[in-house]
Amino acid sequence: MSEPTTPGAFPRRDFLKAGGALMVGFAIGVPVAAQQPAAGLPGAPDPNRLDTWVAIHSDNTATIFIGFVELGQGNSTALLQIAAEELDLEMSQVKTERVETGKTPNQGGTVASASISRGGPQIRLAAAEARQALLGLASVRLGVPPERLMVSRGVVSVVGEASTSVTYGALIGDRRFDVTYTGEAPLKDYRSYTVVGTSVPRHDIPAKARGTYVYMHHVRVPGMLHGRIVRPRGQGAYADGLRVVSVDPSSIDGIRGARVVRRRDFIGVVATDEWGAVRAAQQLKVVWDTPASLPATPAALFERMRSSPTIDRVAHDVGDTTAAFPTAAHVVARRYDAPYQAHAPFGPNCAIADVKGESAVVMCSSQNVYLSRTKLADVLQMPEQQITVQYYEGAGAFGHAPYNDAAQAAAVMSQEVAAPVRVQFMRWDEIGWDNYGPAHTSDVKIATDANGKFVAYEYHGWQHTWSQTDTTAQLAAGRPPTESATEGTRAQLVSTFNAGDMHVLPNWRIVNHRVPGMKGFLKGQSLRSPLDIAISFGSEQVVDELAYLANMDPYLFRRQNINGDRWLAVLTAVAEAAKWAPRRAGANVSSARVVTGRGIALGTHLASYGAAVAEIEVDTQTGVIVAKRMYGAIEAGQIVNPGIVESQITGMLIQAASRVLKEEVTFSPTGVTSVDWVSYPILRFAEAPEVTAVIVRRQDQPSTGAGEEAVAAGAAAIANAFFDATGVRLQEFPMTPARVLAALKKEGRA
Amino acid sequence: MPTTLTVNRRVVEVEAAPDTPLLYVLMNDLELQGPRFGCGLAQCGSCSVLVDGVETRSCVTPLERVAGKSITTLEGLSAWYAQQKKLATAPDLHPLQQAVIDEQAIQCGYCYNGLIVKGAELLSQNAQPTDQQIRTAMNGHLCRCGTYPRMMKAIQRAARTMAGGAA
Ligand code: FES
Ligand code: FES
Repeated sequence: MSEPTTPGAFPRRDFLKAGGALMVGFAIGVPVAAQQPAAGLPGAPDPNRLDTWVAIHSDNTATIFIGFVELGQGNSTALLQIAAEELDLEMSQVKTERVETGKTPNQGGTVASASISRGGPQIRLAAAEARQALLGLASVRLGVPPERLMVSRGVVSVVGEASTSVTYGALIGDRRFDVTYTGEAPLKDYRSYTVVGTSVPRHDIPAKARGTYVYMHHVRVPGMLHGRIVRPRGQGAYADGLRVVSVDPSSIDGIRGARVVRRRDFIGVVATDEWGAVRAAQQLKVVWDTPASLPATPAALFERMRSSPTIDRVAHDVGDTTAAFPTAAHVVARRYDAPYQAHAPFGPNCAIADVKGESAVVMCSSQNVYLSRTKLADVLQMPEQQITVQYYEGAGAFGHAPYNDAAQAAAVMSQEVAAPVRVQFMRWDEIGWDNYGPAHTSDVKIATDANGKFVAYEYHGWQHTWSQTDTTAQLAAGRPPTESATEGTRAQLVSTFNAGDMHVLPNWRIVNHRVPGMKGFLKGQSLRSPLDIAISFGSEQVVDELAYLANMDPYLFRRQNINGDRWLAVLTAVAEAAKWAPRRAGANVSSARVVTGRGIALGTHLASYGAAVAEIEVDTQTGVIVAKRMYGAIEAGQIVNPGIVESQITGMLIQAASRVLKEEVTFSPTGVTSVDWVSYPILRFAEAPEVTAVIVRRQDQPSTGAGEEAVAAGAAAIANAFFDATGVRLQEFPMTPARVLAALKKEGRA
Repeated sequence: MPTTLTVNRRVVEVEAAPDTPLLYVLMNDLELQGPRFGCGLAQCGSCSVLVDGVETRSCVTPLERVAGKSITTLEGLSAWYAQQKKLATAPDLHPLQQAVIDEQAIQCGYCYNGLIVKGAELLSQNAQPTDQQIRTAMNGHLCRCGTYPRMMKAIQRAARTMAGGAA
């Protein structure tokens, strides 16, 4: 059987090879470049030292220390491209290191498509600075001024005298630079790039296809016990927590090697073999106190958000919408509702912890190992410096899945039983105890003049506060649900960019109504394109309605109101890809059983530009919508790897269809009822549309992230296609058969 | 009493309890990395293996039910393919694995054990599947990252490679 491989070199690995799986020792060896701790963060490498970022080896290769984790979207390949480009190395000469507290720099979380937009410039500057330092050394060694030197594949030579040369490896191999990272080294002109901007194959894909890639789920450590958490299937209201009334340890007596682990209201089981742990978790009798404080239905959820006292903040107020609306020729005002949705990674979260008296090592799929460490320190009551958090990739989660909960659960159990514990969430733990993507309800009102030009835009959005406390911290350490200290991050908020930026708007007002306190709501956190999908679903449908009232084609209508070249470029690109032939929406509505329609929409997240077209089929008797074909265009500034971005657009369009057609967290007053792939269905293979991905390149612009925009645009395009097919609008998603049939019936179409 | 089974053409004896789902035996006792936990409910295909050439959900298959049977995991797919095709030597990778790399189909890749095992089963039964046949055959295998369109292309590419006689 083949040897386990992962990208990069992991010198501290202690392989105990057996079969093909990986055994990792906790012994921590000497890293490639011994790094210095920073002043502020315990154990974080000093970001102001070049050695924190780059190490050159004797074999003329480089290790780039990257603080962003690979989430399965190819960002680590793209970041290495940036480094290789600036260092004049080939891709085969660069590798990266496992993300780990104290080893890799603290670049903040791998969130909001930030790897390339925020991390790219840091890596680029570090690589440029390393190149400059190497040129300085080469200049001394070769006795010529740096201006006369050139570099290719890490070989520095004198211009015009190729034989006078020295390699990076010979100059500094495995020694420290010992210089300050100033961030001021000159950068290459993007027009001379040869690596950035090309579709370099992802370095992780071969091992993933082969089955040798080491996911978190494959890691085993010596002496390890298998653990499972024990909770009701499906969480209740976040603010209530969960109380244990009684536990009956004798209920698992028959399972050899299994025992109960309890700390306050946290219950788990450990066993020597995994099946024992699985059975014990299912068999253990626990009586819970589960208050019935969630809303009874999704509709009641939205009413609760609207009727609760809110903290209102005007995010944007330009002109005077109140005065402008009465002057308009057409006004459309609608309410939209968007459900909680789950991250639901394909492999539920997994973590291993080894907590000793004075120290702890925790392996997990955290998007931010430094923040995970801070949270673990609180739960374990241990100083942060004594905790090491190592990242191992899990299944793609697209946001803040409960990886901290899994890590803390493993840590608490390990601390209780004084042995390393591996916790694998079961499917129902993962979907039932997720930090759900936020539910949202909105009032959208937009108006045009007689020529179909926008005169006023007003958006009111309601969302409740996000959670900061993980469930294990809540149950095992008694930590109450807390709100973030800063108003701006207490909840995902509607911003000017995702609500209205795409249009020229003389009068424009956005108001956020945040429901504080988290009482009677579910635990929430960011999920790919948080809120954007809800905003586009509403806003882009109202835009479509106005195009209809103006008797215009929805694409041309958007064009005439478009705000700037960058929005225009994606809109045009997607329309061209879809061979969009202008006509008024709904012009072909028929009484056939199966009707077809197409829709177009814009969407974004924070900084990039997205547009999509959807072609759908609706069965008016069953209410089933099938997305047949989707087109997505993105402009995200400089594109580092077009192949990866195309792959991202494909994934985003599929997820757009999945989320707008199928996904919804369901609940009863006592708890969540969607806990597996039957009760939380996602788009399946046979339901997948054909997709076309289009990239609008702006290599002269900073990279702005390309992982979110097509979700919002794609979902709204499907909603608009539904109107084109049926002449009916849906104001709530997912657009399930039940909702479709109800809407068609209401309009006399079924 | 140990259970005897054949895994990737090797006869192995396993000590686990007979009701243990095959998945846990493959992952923990035999330390394989292909089959992996996804749901434990036969809903997703993460744990798929071939049992006597038929795609099977190892998460709900008790060990005792596969006693004496031949199990092929992702790791053994190219050898299984070579045997089927009566090739003298097994290629480095099953053509579908190679096609998945060539198409850069994977995102996180966690679901690709199941997608590749199922796709290989399909190609062994139907050398030139139509789009519709691929969609139907693959419909029990989920992918959260939304790579279905690229996996579709990978299966089509593998079908072409296999028809061309090359590995
Ligand atoms: S893990 Fe077996 S089907 Fe999901
Ligand atoms: S590639 Fe991530 S689940 Fe399929």
